[in-house]
Amino acid sequence: MKFLCVECDRQMVFEERQLPGDGTLAAAFKCPSCGRVTALLTNPFETQLVSSLGVVIGGRTVPAQPLETVRGNVAGGRPDAFDEASGRAEARTAGPSWSAEAQQRLSQVPGFVRGMVKKIYAEYAKDHGIAEITPAVMDTARAELGLEGM
Amino acid sequence: MPLNIRTYRDLTEPDASGLPAQIGAQRHRVAARLAQVGRVVAVMSGKGGVGKSFVTAHLARAVARGGRAVGVLDADLNGPTAAGLLDAGRASLVVEEDAVLPATGADGVRLVSMDLLLEDGRPLAFRGPAADRFVWRGALEAAALREFLADVAWGSLDLLLVDLPPGLSRFEELADLLDRPPAVLTVTIPTPESRDAVRRALRAAMERGATPLGVVENMMGDQFRGDAAEVLAREFGVPVLARVPFHPPVGVWETLAARL
Ligand SMILES: Nc1ncnc2c1ncn2[C@@H]1O[C@H](COP(=O)(O)OP(=O)(O)O)[C@@H](O)[C@H]1O
Ligand SMILES: [Mg+2]
Repeated sequence: MKFLCVECDRQMVFEERQLPGDGTLAAAFKCPSCGRVTALLTNPFETQLVSSLGVVIGGRTVPAQPLETVRGNVAGGRPDAFDEASGRAEARTAGPSWSAEAQQRLSQVPGFVRGMVKKIYAEYAKDHGIAEITPAVMDTARAELGLEGM
Repeated sequence: MPLNIRTYRDLTEPDASGLPAQIGAQRHRVAARLAQVGRVVAVMSGKGGVGKSFVTAHLARAVARGGRAVGVLDADLNGPTAAGLLDAGRASLVVEEDAVLPATGADGVRLVSMDLLLEDGRPLAFRGPAADRFVWRGALEAAALREFLADVAWGSLDLLLVDLPPGLSRFEELADLLDRPPAVLTVTIPTPESRDAVRRALRAAMERGATPLGVVENMMGDQFRGDAAEVLAREFGVPVLARVPFHPPVGVWETLAARL
């Protein structure tokens, strides 16, 4: 999909994405000529349809995790279906620390997807030079990465 | 006075939503993963209960015993059976940096199946808004198939068998995801009902450009009457690759494996 500023006859560029948490996805696009910003708001089922395709409106900033769509969407998955710890590529050295509140929040995530969610937040923190993951960091990362429901 | 709105094609700058680029990247990922796979064979019949999964598992084991590297992708997401048929146990799947390692089943067959991921007895269900679920459920199942192809570290395989569910839709998704349509191994039981269902499925697959390898007649014997395998083989100009009785001796699979 493309967004056209009809007045300027210019394609608008992706500006930012927000996930307020009620199933809405907001993606803002800006006209490079006149600076007008327009937001696309999807309802929960449209949001779900987009994420079912394994895509993020506005583009991905980090590569997808393996089986990300399955892990992020399946209900009733076995809590121990995945083993993140014994993979040889896992770099566990000097990862960011997790605040008590962030750990508490992570523990609420179903076991089926928890390891992946943890990895995504850790990679986000690393990319942004964040030493400690807090709930606020998780919120920002979730919106920036377009991770509805994680 | 209508607004002067140009078409999608008229706008030559890249799509700022990023969606086409991401869909393209998904295709590339499938192709890159399957670059090391000699041949993808879809096991298909269009009909349920004729023994696709049974044939897939035993054939895979015989191929593996013969010294070839073989994988089974259980594309029956709603009725997964591969883990049980291949005695894959209940070990967790190890997650590597960019892929999940497949489980290892009997005779070293590599596999991935929803029954490795779901809690025992739980149906495949997805989180998401309850209203209008039909709109996105199909997309999620297709995404699961795509991820089973692209995100599993299949490694170098001589043969990847894709065990399809009944119906045609998963075959269509598979053909869409692959660079070229898969070869098709058809399983039928002797009856006219099976013959008619398989005929439609095989015709649909060929219309999508798939190459039919041949027909496996399953459940041969006194229980089911009919000549579905011969009729289909003749109509499609392919061989009957195996006739599999109930509880067949292992040699049946060795012979079938040698013909693939
Ligand atoms: N040749 C056979 N001998 C004994 N049991 C068989 C044979 N073929 C299939 N079965 C059994 O019949 C049932 C249906 O087979 P299945 O492979 O699940 O069918 P499909 O995958 O086509 O739906 C299963 O319980 C399977 O073990
Ligand atoms: Mg089956």
